Amino acid sequence: MKINIPTPLRAYTGGQQTVTVPGATVGDALDQLTGAHAELRNHLYTPEGKLRSFVNIYLNDDDIRYLPQKEATPTEDSDELTIIPSIAGGY
Amino acid sequence: MLKISHSDYQALRAHGEETHPHECCGVLLGKSEPDGNRVHQIVRAGNTRSDRAHDRYNIAPEELIRIQRQARGLGFDIVGFYHSHPDCPAQWSKTDFDEAHWVGCSYIITRVDQAKATITNSFLLTGTSEEDKQFVDEPIEIEI
Repeated sequence: MKINIPTPLRAYTGGQQTVTVPGATVGDALDQLTGAHAELRNHLYTPEGKLRSFVNIYLNDDDIRYLPQKEATPTEDSDELTIIPSIAGGY
Repeated sequence: MLKISHSDYQALRAHGEETHPHECCGVLLGKSEPDGNRVHQIVRAGNTRSDRAHDRYNIAPEELIRIQRQARGLGFDIVGFYHSHPDCPAQWSKTDFDEAHWVGCSYIITRVDQAKATITNSFLLTGTSEEDKQFVDEPIEIEI
């Protein structure tokens, strides 16, 4: 399946905008991604292994945090994962 | 150095005037070049912080994904963001810094006083991680 990499994390995927990985579940796909691009792990997960609060991951149009099976959600090759850090702020 | 056309620069400032006294927000599409980010298009976004839009902004991830797809279709990347500070300095705040996660991107902030855009500044988020990130003043080159 295809994983879309946001601008700030492309430094860790050799500049690639998208990375294609095998994976039967969302978690599998993310493991494949961080296995191939190890430096990404620290940017996506806390030292305790939890997805960082400001990192959003969407399976097609759905936030994986709100999927019933979350990272155990089954995937197909035609699915698309998108990593998108949050954007917020204000005075 | 952030390069942006005069029309896009004016448009993002006008956005802040329209939403005053609330913060506006949007996305900068373009290219990262050796001498800095170059904006080719700006895209307005909605501020989801309706609870305190006078001093907070947030772009829904779903909207950000849509804009990212739009950028890719145009051959551009997301190279930055903009927002306004109604009646407050055009400087990044602690909240801006804490919520900044797009290293390598430009964060434009416009001060809007009583619905009139005054000062506009840009800050480049540098570093390699959450631990060493920092905002660096970034000159804006407005192309006529």
